Amino acid sequence: MQILFYIAGIVAIASTVMVITRTNAIHALLNLIVSLLAVALIFFILGAPFIAALEVIIYAGAIMVLFIFVVMLLNVTREGIQKESKLLNPSSWIIPGILTAVLLIELLLIFSGVNQGLYNHAYRQVGSAVISPKQVGISLFTKYALGVEMAGILLMAGIVGAYHLGKGRKTVVHRYLSELTPVKSGEEETKNG
Amino acid sequence: MANISVGTGLLLAGILFMLGLLGVLIRRNVIFILMSIEIMLNAAGLAFVVAGAKWSQPDGQVMFIFILTMAAAEVSVGLALILQIYKRFKSLNADNLNRMKG
Repeated sequence: MQILFYIAGIVAIASTVMVITRTNAIHALLNLIVSLLAVALIFFILGAPFIAALEVIIYAGAIMVLFIFVVMLLNVTREGIQKESKLLNPSSWIIPGILTAVLLIELLLIFSGVNQGLYNHAYRQVGSAVISPKQVGISLFTKYALGVEMAGILLMAGIVGAYHLGKGRKTVVHRYLSELTPVKSGEEETKNG
Repeated sequence: MANISVGTGLLLAGILFMLGLLGVLIRRNVIFILMSIEIMLNAAGLAFVVAGAKWSQPDGQVMFIFILTMAAAEVSVGLALILQIYKRFKSLNADNLNRMKG
């Protein structure tokens, strides 16, 4: 099981690197799906089967489908992809790369035993017990019931916000004019927008 | 099931988070920035689940469910914003979006 964890971790890291270096958005999204599936496998190995299922269904399913539909609506052209690859030159990524690498090295030092006394919790073993969906559900609807209601309010706000932002601008056409010359709504929107 | 130290799991979460942060910093396309934010949220959720597995308590998984809810709401609003930006500016480059006059 341990070797499975390491293989899944390497797959997750490699596919995430592919996500942030691709220039075609669809290729990046497909790599992101691979990364999310690898993380779902890690959740399963860690003893969280319910979370693994949620990761596959909601992250790799629903959210990624939303992304793919939006990329298809955006009409990505070959010239746009080439322009994107020009923007990804070393002078733009070398400094952020160094900075994030420094942060990562600090994290490595913390977990590699320089502060054994402070962080000896980090050497305990995990994944020895499977937490069933029943336990998660009981905790969710007793201890965290207020959090569930707040999540509901957040989702409602998200729906209202997405609807408000996503609806097109209303085209004002006089009612007699619209009878004489029926205008397609799609054309009208591109003219006004 | 498996015996993995907490440090290894948190290290994996840290690496994924740093890759997402690097993506936000180096990319100019708004849709890639949103994807990198998703990677970072997922890494934070992984850290919560590892920490919950350490004490064999379901609290970490409950927090992951809340993060998932937040990510879903955030991505729907973000994608609607991206569509509006594309309709208005005909571009997704974050450097071109410096005028917010509506």
